[in-house]
Parts: sequence; structure tokens; C-alpha cells
Amino acid sequence: MRLHPGAWWVWALCLAAIASRTTNPVLLALVIAVAGYVAVSCREDTPWASAYGVFLKFALVVLAIRVVLHVLLGGVTGPTVLVTLPEVPLPEWTKGIRLGGPVSAEGLAFAVYQGLQLATLLCCVGAANALANAKRLLRSLPAALYEVSVAVVVALTVAPQLVASARSVRRARALRGDVVRGVKAMRVLMVPVLEDAFERSLVLAAAMDSRGYGRTAGLPRRTRLLTGVLVLGGLTGLAVGAYGLLGGGTPAAPMLLVGSVSAIGGLWTGSRRVRRSRYRPDRWGPHELLVIGSGLVAALATFLAPDGLGGAALTPSTVPLTVPGLPLLPAIGLLCALAPVVIARNRVNT
Amino acid sequence: MIRFENVSVTYRDAAAPALSAVDLHVPEGELCLVVGRTGSGKSTLLRAVNGLVPHFTGGTLTGRVLVAGRDTRTHPPRELADVVGLVGQDPQAGFVTDSVEEELAYSMESLALPNPVMRKRVEETLDLLGLAELRHRPLATLSGGQQQRVAVGAALTAHPKVLVLDEPTSALDPGAAEDVLAALHRLVHDLGMTVLIAEHRLERVAQYADRVVWLPGGGLPPVTGEPGPVLADAPVAPPVVRLGQLAGWQPVPVSIRDARRLAGPLRDRLAEPPVASPSPSGELIRTDDLRVRYSTVDAVRGVSLNVGAGERVAVMGRNGSGKSSLLWAVQGTGKRSGGDVAVDGVDPATLKPGPRRAAIGLVPQQPGDLLYLHTVSGECAQADRESGKPPGTCREFLDRLAPGIPDDRHPRDLSEGQRLALVLAVALTPSPRAVLLDEPTRGLDYPAKTRLAAALRDLAGRGHAIVLATHDVEFVAEYATRVVVLAEGEVVADGPTAEVVTASPVFSPQVAKVLAPQPWLTVADVRAALAAS
Repeated sequence: MRLHPGAWWVWALCLAAIASRTTNPVLLALVIAVAGYVAVSCREDTPWASAYGVFLKFALVVLAIRVVLHVLLGGVTGPTVLVTLPEVPLPEWTKGIRLGGPVSAEGLAFAVYQGLQLATLLCCVGAANALANAKRLLRSLPAALYEVSVAVVVALTVAPQLVASARSVRRARALRGDVVRGVKAMRVLMVPVLEDAFERSLVLAAAMDSRGYGRTAGLPRRTRLLTGVLVLGGLTGLAVGAYGLLGGGTPAAPMLLVGSVSAIGGLWTGSRRVRRSRYRPDRWGPHELLVIGSGLVAALATFLAPDGLGGAALTPSTVPLTVPGLPLLPAIGLLCALAPVVIARNRVNT
Repeated sequence: MIRFENVSVTYRDAAAPALSAVDLHVPEGELCLVVGRTGSGKSTLLRAVNGLVPHFTGGTLTGRVLVAGRDTRTHPPRELADVVGLVGQDPQAGFVTDSVEEELAYSMESLALPNPVMRKRVEETLDLLGLAELRHRPLATLSGGQQQRVAVGAALTAHPKVLVLDEPTSALDPGAAEDVLAALHRLVHDLGMTVLIAEHRLERVAQYADRVVWLPGGGLPPVTGEPGPVLADAPVAPPVVRLGQLAGWQPVPVSIRDARRLAGPLRDRLAEPPVASPSPSGELIRTDDLRVRYSTVDAVRGVSLNVGAGERVAVMGRNGSGKSSLLWAVQGTGKRSGGDVAVDGVDPATLKPGPRRAAIGLVPQQPGDLLYLHTVSGECAQADRESGKPPGTCREFLDRLAPGIPDDRHPRDLSEGQRLALVLAVALTPSPRAVLLDEPTRGLDYPAKTRLAAALRDLAGRGHAIVLATHDVEFVAEYATRVVVLAEGEVVADGPTAEVVTASPVFSPQVAKVLAPQPWLTVADVRAALAAS
């Protein structure tokens, strides 16, 4: 048995929240390690199980880009100059931007911390993908969003198909003896690939239509209107509330509450429109709650850590450059996020 | 169960109707086979049954189509999902989900069946089609035959009254095709399901059919009736029917069993067939311990082959036995992990793509991948330019392979046979001495296959060596001088066609089965022998 995909995504989001709160490279590395270990030991034998590796590589690329950009464009400066690149003189109006110039240890450390934070966020998404396919998560959406979720699922399948199709066309092109590059290559490769993609989507749409996709219960006009008003109102409320939450000055909590209630109401009335059932739906059980709990504990340990127990070490200073310390409470909390390894193992055995 | 009343279908911008004046009644519990040349409207007929034509495809349908009492005029395909199950040509393109179990459940989810019913039906269907071990497997990892059975199962779980299949065995090897057809046979006999099939490889399905509908095309109404007589009149018929006509058997047999019971006198009249001409000497293509390995799979494990000029070799074997990998590796564009290849003494992998295709040509499984221009003449001119040949060379080859294709036609609008001819002409333009073809007969009807076999014989006669990979037993009998059988990337049999194909019932053509123990392979051979005696 596998766990509910929602549980894995909430757990991964908790780790991502930790990463967004800190720039401490030690803690970030720990997050990457925890996410990686859980992803590798709890994943199942599925085609997307290798997603973590892909995201990890992507994260390293992002980190490298962040550092290179910093070296070239500058930003944070400090007294410890490591090397001075030749500086390109820029006109007056580009004030604040420079090309080249001195590269300081402080600035470099800052860039690495920032890049690492982004990389960690990517690793968390990668872990979630490896543990629970996004498609399975979409299956658990409310029925009102069914059409949208199917559209997303189909779009997700198209991407790998495009890659496979491009590969076979490229190989076939080599048979014609011309190895084309540049703009011409785009046309030569794109025409058969896109034709193939369109043809496939038509076949798929026909197959879905003949298998009953889109049978609706035919609700009266008033219910449809009510659904529309509720959903739109809910979205507006949520947007205004979020704006307030970010410091926009409007009262955040009431707007968020009104928005959520209205949106949930809209989804509920909308769900009655779709007449379909779900085969072996993923269920929430104690194991799922434990997985989420472990993520929440880890997140709370970081967010609530007092200065004495590591709260101060969450954002190590780069000017002046200091050796980042290990934030004690957040680190212990993060170890709790390893609990899914034990939980999933028990689940397999029972 | 299915009733067509004076149905005509005209697609938008089409000069002639795709179907005209079809009156057809398929009673409950029948297996009805739809036959006809490519482009005669078989797919249109099938898709009109569940309303995809015209609701999905557009076009105008006149007359009336009734399925289980429901008119497709008022019922779009989704409202017929509980009475008609449709299985398309390419099962993988029609899969909506990722895994076997979810795919089986998809139609039932759309019909809003309660969960206990779905669980029960999924289990039943897994057993009925022998898919139980595959239930958790991702669909992409299944073989062609398994995918086809999943597609059939996915249509079955909704408990439709009618099952419609468009070329269910065209991509399958003989063994997998047998599996799928046996499953269908069981559905018809045990569950009384009404089945409508369109198929080009009639030698595989004709014996199961209760009734045959022949679409002559060109505005003529379809001919319906007993399989034997209808197929005997149609331009497409399996070899056993053609043999029956030649020998004057009545009624014309459709199955091997019926034919064998009538074949005694014919066997007596025929002497032993002439021994096949000795294979030409020379080593145009030579492979030595050729290996291809993908990350975890050994696709080709040490194949050593010699092919001489003028030889016509068929490589056969299960889906996934390494046929395609072998061809691509020999041509030099595909991956090779070990071993040596020499074409005319040169390793093609060391050549640049241009000179490589001048040494050895390859027609891939999806011939359309090679084409990207908007007209036939454009493709031909491009091929001449690429090969450094005088303008008109490619067109000349094309006219020899398939005469009369208009210059301004879009390659996508050609029939399968014409498109294959175009790609073969493109591959032949630099006049390579060796030509490889990967599954060229998919989607070709009997006359088109005969034309292809003649064209390939002609090429071999001019000193080309030809190697093709195929599942098509009847085509091999018609075309090949030598057969190589691959299993798990190794050569398990290699010899003259007559010897190899008659040794195993799976690879045996119908004529050989009927006339065994005499090793006759094709109707044309028998006809020639009878004329001579």
C-alpha cells in the first residue's frame, strides 16, 4: 500500500517552508539530505521515482547560475576581495549595476547561500515528485475541478511524448544525411514533431470522448450561476486576504476566511455538476497524519526557535563573514522529518 | 444490435463521400469483419458506430445509425460509452491514465459506477484477458500485445453491448495477435458480445468472422455476407481464400482446417516445389558479434550475419526481440555497443551521415518522420539535393515504386502505401547498395504489399541487398529468399525461407499450412506450377 499523495506533498511543503525561512547553508544542506534520504528510501517502483535526481541536478545548475551571475554583476560587497575582474564601464543611468569588478568573499558567500536556498526548494519539490506523482495528487482534487485536472494531466503527458518524438525525428533526419543546425533545424524538427503531437492529442481526445469523458448531470441555470458567483467571490476574497497578509494594509484574517468559505461553497455546488465516481480513491489514515505531523514538527521547530536555541543562526551574517553555526532546535526538528522512513516501512510490512 | 440505414458520410472539403449508401444490420452476438482497400472508409464506418463520426470528426452524415436502439444523431460518443466500446489502432495513444488498473477503471469512473462494482469488474477483466500479473505495471512499460489487451479490457469494463476494434493486431507479432484474437473469440462465444473489427491482416481474423462487410469504395454500396464468397470477390482476401479459388473449392474455405479437408486432390496434383535458387555469394553486409545494449537491456547479443548482393532477407521475431535495434546498428545511425559492421568493406558508423546513406539506406518504422516538406515534389527535390544527384532521380524511383502520385500532394495526405513508397524512394535516391526496412507492411493492404514485394524483388535483381524486419508471415513468404529469426537479441534460426517458415507453425504462411508436408509458400507459386503441369 502507498500513502496518500497529499501527505507527501504537505510534508515536502513543510521542508520547503523551512528552506524559505533560513539561509544557513548547514541547515539547508540538512534539508536537502533529509529530503533526498526519504525520497530514495520511500519511493516506489514507478517511472517518476527518479524525479529527485533530476531535480537535484537542476538545483545544482540553478546554484551555479546564481553564483556566476553574482560574480559578473556584483551586488553585496565586502572588504575581503578575492579577485578583481576587469570592469566594463557602463553609462550613468545604469546606476547600481556593474559588470565585472572586485569579487569579495562576503559577496560570494551571500550568493552561495541564496542559491542554495533556491536549490533546496527545488529539491523539496523533487522529493515530492519522486514520492507521489503530481498526476495522482490531481486525481484527489474535488470533482468540480475534474476537467481542469484532466487537462493538466494530459498536458503533463505531452511533454515526455514531445521529447520522445523529437528524438525519433532527429534520428530519422540523420538518415537523410543532413545534420541540420540553427533556425532551419527548428523547422525541420518541429514540423514532424508538432504534427505528431497534434495527431496524438486528437486520438486521445477521441478515445476520452468515446469512454464517457464529459458526461454531465445537466444542472439548472441558477445553480450554475450560484457556483460562478461563489468561486469568483472566493477567489477575490483570497486574493485581497493574501495582499493584506503580505502587509498591504487591509484586514487579512476576515477576508481570507470569507474567501475560503465562499470558494469551498463554490467547489461543493460545482461538484454536483460532474457525475462520476472514483476507483480506489486514496484515503487519509493515521500513517498519512503521522507523515504530515513529522513535517509540521520540523517546520515549527524552525519557525518558533528562540534566539538561544538556534533562531539566531538561521540567517548567518555575510558582512562581516562568519562561520555559520548549526541551529540546534531546527536541526533536531528536521530529524523528525525523517519519520516517514519508519512509517512507510511499517506500512509495507503490515 | 447495430443498424445503418442508408448512411452516407462526407467530410468537409472532400470531393467524394467517404461512405455512401450503407445499409447494414449486425445482429447481437456476431463477430463482423469489415474489409476493403486502404481509404475505402473502414475507419469511418467503425467510428460512425459510436458517434465519433460526425460528432467528433466533423463532416455530414445522412441516414441513420442505431446502436442498441439509440440514435447517434441525438447521442454523442460520451452518451454511448455504456453501450459501445471502441479500441483504436494505436492503443498507447488512447491511454488516459498511467497504470493498468486505473486504465481499466477509467470508463467506469466516467459512468459513475459505484466503487464495489468497479472493483469486481476490474478483477474479472484482469482474469478474462490474462492481465492479472500486470495490474500495477505502468502502461508505458508493457509490450505491444499487452497494451492491446489492456485497451480491449478498458473498453470491456463498462460492459458495452458492442465492441468496435480498428486493426487490433496490425502492430503485433503473430503470437501476441493470437492472444488478442483468442480473447475476442471468447468474448463473442461466452458473453454473446457483438464485435465489429476492421483489419488488413485477414489471414489472422477471417476464420473467426461470422460475417464480412466489404467496402468497395468509390461510391459503391458495401457487400455483406458469408466470409468465403464475399472475400473471394473482394480485392483483399487472405491466401487461403485465393488458394481455394485457384483450386475451385466450393464453398470457398476461410480457415486452414476447412481448406486442408479439401486439399487432398490438389496435393496429389502438385509435385514437390522446385528447390529455391542458391543464395547469391558475396558479402555486401557483414556483421561480426554485433551487440546493442541500452541502460539495463541487452537488445542485440552478438549477431553475426553475412548478406550478399541480390539477397532478400527477412528478420522476424517477437515484439522487442531486437529487430529494430539490429537494423539501426547495422545502418550506423543507431547505437552499437560492440562488434563490427562492414558494408562493402567500410564500417558505416565511421562515415558522415551523407556518405553513410549513400552506402546503406534505412526506412524507419514511422516513415513520416523523414518527411517535413509540404509537397511530394518538394521532398523529391530535397532528396536529390541531399544526395547530389541530378533533379528527377528521386521522382523516377517513386514512379517505379508507386506510379501516379501527384506532385502537389501533401505527404500527410498520401495513403500508407504511397507514403512508404515516397520514403523508400528518398532512401534509394543516393543509390545505396544495401537497403534496410523496418516494419514496412504496417497499414498496407494485400495489393499494396504485392506491389512492394515486386518492387523489392526488382531492386534485389539490380544487385541491391535488402534486409527487412517484419511480423508479416505472408509478406515474408512472398518476398524473402532468406529468413533470420531473432529471440532476445540472438539469432535462433537462419536459412532459406521455405526451410525456416515451414519449420514452425507460428511463422508458417497459410498456403504452407494447407499444403503441408509439401513446402509451398505462396498462391503465385502454386498457380505457376499448375500452369506448367
